[in-house]
Amino acid sequence: MPDKRDPSTRVSGGNDRIVVVGASAAGLTTVESLRRDGYAGRITLIGKESRLPYDRPPLSKQVLTGAWHPERTALRAPATYDQLDVDLLLGVPATGLDMSTQQVYLHGGERISYDKLVITTGVTPRRLTNVHHLAGVHVLRTLDDALALEAELRCEPKVVVIGAGFLGCEVAASARSLGLDVTLVDPLPVPMMRQFGLRLGQQVAELHRDHGVRLRIGTGVTRALGQQRVDSVELSDGSVIDADVVLVAIGSTPATEWLTASQLKLDDGLVCDSLCRAAPNIFAAGDVARWHNPRFDLSMRVEHRMNATEQAMAVASNLVGATTPFAPMPYFWTDQFDARIQAYGIFPSGCDMTITCGDSAERRFVAHFTHKARVVGVLGWNMPKKLREARNLITAPSS
Amino acid sequence: MRIDIDVDQCVGAGQCVLAAAQVFDQRDDDGIVVLLQDEPHSELREAVRQAALLCPTNAIRVHE
Repeated sequence: MPDKRDPSTRVSGGNDRIVVVGASAAGLTTVESLRRDGYAGRITLIGKESRLPYDRPPLSKQVLTGAWHPERTALRAPATYDQLDVDLLLGVPATGLDMSTQQVYLHGGERISYDKLVITTGVTPRRLTNVHHLAGVHVLRTLDDALALEAELRCEPKVVVIGAGFLGCEVAASARSLGLDVTLVDPLPVPMMRQFGLRLGQQVAELHRDHGVRLRIGTGVTRALGQQRVDSVELSDGSVIDADVVLVAIGSTPATEWLTASQLKLDDGLVCDSLCRAAPNIFAAGDVARWHNPRFDLSMRVEHRMNATEQAMAVASNLVGATTPFAPMPYFWTDQFDARIQAYGIFPSGCDMTITCGDSAERRFVAHFTHKARVVGVLGWNMPKKLREARNLITAPSS
Repeated sequence: MRIDIDVDQCVGAGQCVLAAAQVFDQRDDDGIVVLLQDEPHSELREAVRQAALLCPTNAIRVHE
């Protein structure tokens, strides 16, 4: 709900005010953690979407299949925001930042003053050229995106998913579980290759093939064909496949356009130190933040749900006086058909995968990923408890 | 302090066990949360709150 007070009171309202730009998981967790850590000053949470904060992982699964009513994705009940005593400014994108006057510019011209600023603006889906001009071509980031795609899936379309990463694989599985004709396209030789390498990718390919997903891997997409609405997709090998609905899931870029004119350093994300600090009074958390993770001595940007929570908690604590480096063990999961794949750690390209528990043929196993003779990541396929126990084996890569 | 868990919401991330192993466990087969005690002693309060905050699917509700 928009703040109804006179805007002029806001511009001058600089008395111990924390402004959080980005009202999704990381933004909400920042607010909650600040209150939990005892911060009693004013907090303003600004969001581009007009909805109250909601959870994104169910969008490609439970929301897309219609198993969940969209309201179930709400991260908190509406009354919680009153209890948190937070000013909500929803449906208003931030358009700029002036660090010298400590003001955030909003769409419509309003300016919001801050003493401390937290940037949690997330990411934006990447788009292909020659594809998005036709109706029936989708991206999936927001709840509205998911509902639009879900409505189309109800008409029993032929579905083409472009991009076999986390999101593309999940959507292919969801659409196939609805009984739809699904083709998954990716230029790399196996799905999820970028994330986990060739061997694990072969397992994912088998999983999808066994469930009836058509895989067109090792080939890219040149363009979408159709009049006003898509009817087919042309692949880079010259072949054409029928498509009533297309999802483009080829990754995301950090939502930092609004910071381009600021002095903040942008480099595939908002660059922060190990405290998640981009400037003396400016912090970042979640998908948008690139920070130095001392646990692995690496510059990282993590687009996973768990990181949004953990990083926001760390930022809140550092906002109110702590100086604790954020050194998490990354955790992520994906659900595709009957496979629950979970992982801890990092998975640099070229690392070796060894199954240490269970059996890949039975699709129940834990694998260790080693790099320079150290375990840097562990992955479990339908073995959550054993995976958690394997987490302690992860050590930093030797430099 | 009383704890409710929503097993339909749980994805078996196990973050609750990492935060408060005396209160939470996971089923062996699918990793879904198992509540070992639903009214834990007050000295576990911080750990349980942490578990609820960390849960990536909001499957843990804490009533105080």
